[in-house]
Parts: sequence; structure tokens; C-alpha cells
Amino acid sequence: MSALDLINPTSDLYTKRAPVFPRVVNGRFRRLKWAVMVLCLAVYYITPWLRWDRGPHAPDQAVLIDLAGRRFFMFDIEIWPQEFYYVAGLLIMAGIGLFLVTSAVGRAWCGYACPQTVWTDLFQHVERWIDGDRNAQLKLNAAPWSAAKLARRLSKWSLWLAIAAATGGAWIFYFADAPTLASQFLAGDAPFVAYATVAVLTFTTLSLGGFMREQVCIYMCPWPRIQTAMLDEKSLIVTYRDWRGEPRTQGLKKAAAGPGKAGDCIDCNACVSVCPTGIDIRNGPQLGCINCALCIDACDEVMGKLNRPRGLIDYLNLDDHKKELAGGTATPMMKTLLRPRTLIYAAVWASIGIAMLFTLGGRSRLAIDAAQDRNPIVITMSDGTVRNGWTIKLRNMEGRPRTVELAMTGLPQGRMWTDAMDSHTAGRSARIALAPDATTRLHLYVSAPAGPAGETGFAVVARPLEPAVPGGPPQDAARNLKFVRQ
Amino acid sequence: MTDHNKRVDEATGTHLVGHEWDGIEELDTPLPRWWVYIFAGTVVFAAGYVVAYPALPDVAGLTGWSSRGQLDAALTAEAVARAPRLNAIAATPVEALTGNPQLMRSAIEGGAAAFKVNCVQCHGSGASGSRGYPNLKDDDWLWGGDIASIHTTISHGIRSQSDETRFSQMPAFADMLSKGQIQQLVTHVRSLSGQDKPSPAGAQLFAENCASCHGDQGKGNREMGAPNLSDAIWLYGSDRAALTQTISKARAGVMPHWAGRLDPVTIKMLAAYVHSLGGGEALPQPQTATAAPPAAPAETAAAEAGQSNVRS
Repeated sequence: MSALDLINPTSDLYTKRAPVFPRVVNGRFRRLKWAVMVLCLAVYYITPWLRWDRGPHAPDQAVLIDLAGRRFFMFDIEIWPQEFYYVAGLLIMAGIGLFLVTSAVGRAWCGYACPQTVWTDLFQHVERWIDGDRNAQLKLNAAPWSAAKLARRLSKWSLWLAIAAATGGAWIFYFADAPTLASQFLAGDAPFVAYATVAVLTFTTLSLGGFMREQVCIYMCPWPRIQTAMLDEKSLIVTYRDWRGEPRTQGLKKAAAGPGKAGDCIDCNACVSVCPTGIDIRNGPQLGCINCALCIDACDEVMGKLNRPRGLIDYLNLDDHKKELAGGTATPMMKTLLRPRTLIYAAVWASIGIAMLFTLGGRSRLAIDAAQDRNPIVITMSDGTVRNGWTIKLRNMEGRPRTVELAMTGLPQGRMWTDAMDSHTAGRSARIALAPDATTRLHLYVSAPAGPAGETGFAVVARPLEPAVPGGPPQDAARNLKFVRQ
Repeated sequence: MTDHNKRVDEATGTHLVGHEWDGIEELDTPLPRWWVYIFAGTVVFAAGYVVAYPALPDVAGLTGWSSRGQLDAALTAEAVARAPRLNAIAATPVEALTGNPQLMRSAIEGGAAAFKVNCVQCHGSGASGSRGYPNLKDDDWLWGGDIASIHTTISHGIRSQSDETRFSQMPAFADMLSKGQIQQLVTHVRSLSGQDKPSPAGAQLFAENCASCHGDQGKGNREMGAPNLSDAIWLYGSDRAALTQTISKARAGVMPHWAGRLDPVTIKMLAAYVHSLGGGEALPQPQTATAAPPAAPAETAAAEAGQSNVRS
């Protein structure tokens, strides 16, 4: 694309997309890419179908984001909305994890694990399966429309659509009981939002993975721009060893002319033809390079045939490239990986994770909230005593029904009762039945003899009668309250 | 087209509109195609919209949609959604309401809404009343604090135009007793709640004039709506001036009857709400009951009673 030129009228701000038909390639990084793709897709499609027994009062889906019930289940962990900071912590860890991975191994996320990469890769394999490899695709693309071409296009698009629909379809199962929703979905009884979500994700998967592909990485995604701040001279990137490859020569005879006159690069264009974003890595590090390393595989194959050492294109950081250019050798990879910057990122990432695990292990599954009645705060009773009232919310975050004893400490002459009791049976405590995995709301009344105007502090403590889980943390929940006289 | 009249700008290859101001000319750049298509699309859409929806004054659209109709539909849907619970409350006698915690909770929520519209003018938004208007949150009731008594009071009012209204009339003693006697009475009444020293003369006057309604001990009588004079709660105040006024001129607060103005379900819900404010009493035991069951310990009472369980 030519540089933006406001004076020259022939320059155009819009560049039409040049279609990319990457050639199939085999090699170590291709195999790694296969493995990562299978892993990512398997995790995505299988996770909602895993079951996890939580007893009769909670869903048995291992990973469930229950938006309607405002619960987040992940294996043994259940998160209530009040504990959403755990999710925030996970997001922070994901962010710092990206920093860590980027500074250590460059754009590994872009090259292997990003959904855009995984699904584009999958779509390209389908494309090769239907249309053949690069040359056949180029020929078919240039050919005029015919019945045969239409048949190939329609079958390719139908397969893409099927994959896209399966992608969108899998997403909704994270938000409801998967088997139930699946049968509802097929019977047409699922909520509208389920169908709308599947439709939207089917459309985005099809358009982003099937048609827009590398344009998403080059024009739409902010991550390549953030890379410039994340990468440094020691980050692994895919590099062309130009000191070894240049000057390029075409044909083996010229290449055999001898050192100095010919580099190792025979300009076979294998690296360009396998590139999923259609760039030429020999032009140096660039925005369009997602560091998928397929050009390394392609070049290694060619170098092997020529009996030359592999690695004309290789994972190599900028520092090492400079060193090799000056005649030195590259630093060992472990030394590059374990440098202060990556270690600090790793330490921050790990300490957030450890801190979260600690708090997660010690968190209480019983909580109490109290809101004092206003309008008015103080009620004078016929016997001259003074009454205050509170709306109490007891959150039983365990998946079993529990009974707690709600007792008051302090305010020696005070007596308490709840809206489910008669005031004549008031005492210093009351037993409250709590439903499993639910908030129980009740009204608490406390009366005490009249006295000088002012506030008297006391506390209510909720103590479960059932024994806590062996070795578990204390489950008492207390709240400090103020008794008001006027 | 009049393209032949227009010069073409050399730099851009675009026609000029033909005007010139101090050597500055304007390019006649055509609108972008996509913009023109969208514009045409909006025109087509507008034509369809005018036909389908009420776009012109007093002309209904083909779809029959109107904002009033939408509101009606929303209100009807709400009424349909509420109907099962309202019907259940209507079918339940008010005495049985407290025994059904789930229905009671619905009734309290509905009563709270109705209270804000009909009752706060006198009883206050917090239901705590003011001088002359009873506090509904305390445990002192002129006419009874069980849900049935409250229901009767709301239905028929106090000193209202209903045939079955609660009615009591305290005489004005200004014409019957001397000022001195009234002051002796005031002292005695205040002494009942410990606010003054006993007055034997006042006690004598009380026995002769007041005890028939308020009782010998001044404990009041809910059958007649006679207030308890020995407790800490005073509707019109317990200072000497207020009591002198009460005894001399009497008091006769009025509460309207709501039967006929509000539907029976709303009145039931109001009774449930007022009963839930903290001073509600249990229904009196029927006379036929042989032996009172042992009082349930507070703990089991609370554990057995249905607390509301909400997910939040």
C-alpha cells in the first residue's frame, strides 16, 4: 500500500484486498499448531458438557455462567456477584499473562491460540480439502463461474456455515444447563436470546474466519498495535537471517557460485506462499506477521533439500540477529527467556494467582448484611421500651440448607425477635432456617429500655448449627449495629 | 446535464460547481454511492412507515399500533400476571392470611404500594403517624391489633359514614366538671403512667366519670376504642395542657372507611401490611379451645415459620 498522499490525486485511501491462498506446509511448527488447535477447540466444545456433582441444590454443570441466577460455577468454585473481584482478578491475570507471553515469546498468542487464528486455520483446511492446494485455488479463483465452480463454492460455504453454527452453538451452553438447552434449542423452545446469540456468532465466525481473515489481524485488531509497547529486542520473533540469505539467487548453479556472491535464499517464495497473512517475512518484522512460524517450516524443508542448515528463517530476537550479523552467536534461549522483565511479569502474575487461591480457600460461605429501618428509626412501645428494626439478609453460599443461630452481643438489656416470631417470645437469639445457595431476608426487631438519646453499639452474629466442613474456615458472620435512642 | 458548462479541476479531475470567490472554487464532488443508496433506502422505508404506523394526524396505521394501545397491552399483561396471586388473596379469609407466609408476603408487598397512595397523607410515609394520627408501628392499638381487627378498622373507618364504622364518643367534661376538678383528673391520669404523684381526689373523679370506659386501672377497652391511659403512648400528648384539652373538649379523630372505595383485595393487603409493621398481634384464641398448647420456643417458631428466600 502506498503511503498516504494528500497531494497526489492518484493515491487511494482504500486498498482492495489481495486474496491470500496459503500453501499447505509440514514441519515442527505446523505440528505444534495442529496440537494447539485441537486443544483449543476441544476445550471450547467439550467444557460445557462436563458434569460436576454439587448435590441436589446446585447445578451439576462443571463450568456454568448462570446470568439469570447470578452465579458463576467453575468446578469446585462457586462465585456470587458479591465476590466478582475473583473474576476481575482472573482478567488481570489474563492481561499480565499476555504481557508475560509477549515479552518472552513474542506474538505466540496471535500465531497459535487466538480464536481468529484457530478458526481461520480450520477454515483454510476445509478450503484446501474442497478446492485443493494453493495453485488449484488460484486457478479456481481466476476461472469464470461454471457449474463446477459453483458446486465447489457452495460445498465450501456450507461446510464453513456448519462450523460457524457449531461455534456459535457451543457458546450458549456456557450460560445454561447444556443438555437441557440443547434439547430445547432443537425443539425450538429455547429463549430468543439463545437463537440470537447463535445467529450473531455464526455470522461473525463465518465472516471473520471465512472471508476477512488476515484483515482482522492487520486492520481490526488492536493487539498488533499494543505489541510495539510489549515487545523488546529480546522478545522472540520470526526473523529472516538476511546476513545468511542475501543476496538471493535463483537456481542452484548461481547459488553454487560461492560465498559472498550468493546467499542461502534461492528466492523460491515458499515462505510467502505458506503465509496465512500473505506477507514476505524477508522484508523484516512487520505488523502483518502473526508469528505463526509456518514460513520457518517451509524454509526448513527447502534448506533440507539443498543440504543446507535449517533456520534461514527462524525464531530469533533482534539482539541475537544483530550479534549474528556481527559474526557472533545467539544467546542460549533459556538465558533470553529468563531475564528480569519476564521474571517480574511472571512474579506479578503468580503472586496475584497465589493471593487469589489463598483468599478463595479461606473465604466464608455465610454472610450477613443489615440495613437499619428509617422513617422512623426509633419506635416507643406501650411499655415504655424503645424498638429499632433492621432488614437482615443472610447469604447461605453453600449448596445445602442450613440453620443458623442469630444472636446479639452487647446491649445487655436488649431483646430481639424476628418478623416470623411473636414479640412475646423475644430473647437474645433466634434460629433461622436458610435455604441452600440463596439469600434469606428477614426483619429483625430489637427493643431495650428507654434511656438518654444516643447510639449504643452491639453486634449480631450468625452461627451455623451444622458442623462446618472438616478443616474448613470459621463460618460465623457478624455485623456491628447501632441501637438508637432519642 | 450541464456538464459542458462546467470546468474540470485539473488536480482532482472533478467538476467544479461554477462559482468563484476570490479565486477559490468549489469542487462538485459526487456523493458517495453507499450514502446515496442508504438515503434512497430511508425514503422507501419512510413511505412504508407512514402507511404502517400512525405518522399522520388522526390516521391510524395499517398495523393498528399506537402508543396508547401499547400501554394498554402492557397494563393488561401486568394484570394477567398479578391475577393468580390476587385471586388467591381474594379467596383467602383475612384471618387465614397470616398462616400462609408466601401469600402473606405478596399481600404485604401489595399493601405497601396501596398504603403509599391512600394512607400516608395521615399516617405518614413511614406509618409512624403524628399527633392525632396513630403510629401503626408500635404495639398500642385502640381497636385491636390482630389482622381481623385491623381489616375491620380499614374497611369501616372510625367515626366515618359507614353503618358499621368504629364509633366511640368521649364526653367533653368542661361543662360537667369544674376547672379544678379537671386539673385533679389530669394529675391522676398522668400518675397512671408514673408521670405525676397520685391524687386521691382525682382518683375519685376518675372512678365516677372515666372508669366505665377506660377501666378502673385506666387500661382502656378495645371493645369501645377507649385508649389505655397507663402506657407510654399518647395519641394527643401527655403533658398537662394536652390532657386538659382532651378532658375538657374531648377528641374525635376520624378515619374514612375504605370499603367501597378500595376493592376487597386491596383492603386485605393493606391489613396485612399494617399488621406486618412490627406491632401486629396474633388472632384471639377461640373460646372453645380446651387447653392452650405449650408455647413454642422462640427458636422453633422462627425456624418453622417461612422466611422469604430470595436469590440476590
